[in-house]
Amino acid sequence: MGLSIIIFFIARAMPSDPARLALGARAPEWAVQKLREHMHLDQPLPAQYFYWVRDALHGNFGESLFTRRDVASDIKEFFPATMELALFSGVIMAFCGILLGAVSARYSNRWVDNLVRMFSYVGVVTPSFVFAILFLLLFGYILNLLPTIGRLSPGGSYPPTITGLITIDGLVTGNFAVVLDGLKHLILPGLALAMAGLSQEARITRSSMIENFQKDYIAAERAQGIPERVINLKYLLKPSLIPTVSILGLDFAALLGNAFLVELIFNWPGLSRYGMNAMLRKDLNAVTAVIMILGVVFLTVNIIVDIIVAYLDPRIRLAGGRGK
Amino acid sequence: MHLDLAIQMLSRKWEEFRKSWYKFSRNSLSVIGLSTVLLVLFLAIFAPYISPYPQHAGRFVNFAEAGLPPSLAHLFGTDVFGRDILSRTFFGFRFSLIMGVVVLSLVVPPGVILGSIAGYFKDTWIDTLIMRITDIFLAIPPLILALAICSVLTPNLFNAMTAVSLMWWPWYTRLVYGLSSSLRNEFFVQAAEVTGAGKIHILFREILPNCLSPIFTKMSLDMGWVILIGSSLSFVGLGVQPPKPGLGTMVADGAKYMPDQWWIAVFPAFAIMIVVLGFNLLGDGLRDLLAVEEV
Repeated sequence: MGLSIIIFFIARAMPSDPARLALGARAPEWAVQKLREHMHLDQPLPAQYFYWVRDALHGNFGESLFTRRDVASDIKEFFPATMELALFSGVIMAFCGILLGAVSARYSNRWVDNLVRMFSYVGVVTPSFVFAILFLLLFGYILNLLPTIGRLSPGGSYPPTITGLITIDGLVTGNFAVVLDGLKHLILPGLALAMAGLSQEARITRSSMIENFQKDYIAAERAQGIPERVINLKYLLKPSLIPTVSILGLDFAALLGNAFLVELIFNWPGLSRYGMNAMLRKDLNAVTAVIMILGVVFLTVNIIVDIIVAYLDPRIRLAGGRGK
Repeated sequence: MHLDLAIQMLSRKWEEFRKSWYKFSRNSLSVIGLSTVLLVLFLAIFAPYISPYPQHAGRFVNFAEAGLPPSLAHLFGTDVFGRDILSRTFFGFRFSLIMGVVVLSLVVPPGVILGSIAGYFKDTWIDTLIMRITDIFLAIPPLILALAICSVLTPNLFNAMTAVSLMWWPWYTRLVYGLSSSLRNEFFVQAAEVTGAGKIHILFREILPNCLSPIFTKMSLDMGWVILIGSSLSFVGLGVQPPKPGLGTMVADGAKYMPDQWWIAVFPAFAIMIVVLGFNLLGDGLRDLLAVEEV
């Protein structure tokens, strides 16, 4: 897979010596040399790549250069937290974005519409770390409404790990107090992450609905006497969602990237914070593993998005060869 | 005779410009965008002359005036070292704009050339090679890729620009690829082919000039996004290094003193929003003006 090649070369082809970094500047040369041999760093790049891919496919990303812990088990520990945050935020993004866009289009050029449009402009241009800080302040410190740190309140017991997503584990085991606590902790970082994508979705949904609104087929349906509500939901909203959904994949990518900053701010014990710390420490094995995992997540999301688009857009479905 | 012709040409150009300007200025949001961009440009270029305390942009400490709230002497207040935040914000615009301009000028030429080549040679091995490489770069969330590249390099503005450039070119390749692969079927391109024009001539004289409007529109929008990404990198300490006043760096510094000394972080954050908003509004205006749909 090409993804692995580029990640590998970022990690290896850069002017730094991982073995030296791992042992520190004062380590004797023979020890560094030995570690280089152990990490196959003394061999040509293609051979190094071969070793790396072989290990990665076995779920072995080597050990952290910094903590000496196994990277794969670290990732197993931190990945669910990030997934929970990203999924929660992705759902907010898609749902609220489409809702706002639809409302805005329905009442276009009224005050609701102007409000939504202004809101979405601000949302698009504000960096997510600024939202994170503002939410932290406003809801966390000033209003003191929501918790701002971690996934659960201190002393809160984690539910038995099934999926690793606290809210879902809580639901499955029937522990609703944990679900509520987990949700409370999710809201602020989730919102901060979702804002940019949400605003973009709202803008695109709005413009696409307004464009479709003037199409002849809508006038024809109205002439047939189909109720306005049915027209809006079934015939106007559904085709208008095609551009919105197609851009969801990109927004999700931005979301995963911004998670690196937001998790840091909210002290969210997730993969991104782990990755961010690894990056700041130049812990290359951990960095490559984190990027690899997030790249795979992103690709998976894109495949799902493509399937949804195909479902919404009969032209793509038919071109795919399933129709006659 | 020649002079007449030249004047005629000029007046026609002027007329065209006036018409476009009229169309552009009908949309008040575009005008706001343009004025914001011009204002920021002005503040950034003349920062040493118009900022009240230009020496505060660098290594400067005055604990007697540390952490002052906004006042007439310091409109945006001062930070924990007693530096005037308004002055530092003006200088911060410089780093943001440098970031945007350098990244785009590094990214657009290769991206555009690769895209037009791949589009023109659609369905050949050249197309496959270029576009698959592009796909690989697009398969990693952009900010993560930039963070990763930055992290293995020494953290400074130059390396941050390198990192962002490395992840940004595929977008131009993809945009121009789409344009160029449909343009190659146009009659004027086929006519050029029939009359025996060389491949280079077709690429640069027939196809490329017709891709310019979308490219410029995208560049205007991207200025905003590049500045946003740049400030994110600075925020985590991988971009502009203190004591230089990067906007993201200033927000990160201020976040530590947030509830009490809110002005340290909030004003630079607003500054980022205003720059990005300006370029966005301008880009949207250009898109409407040039009737571009692809971007």
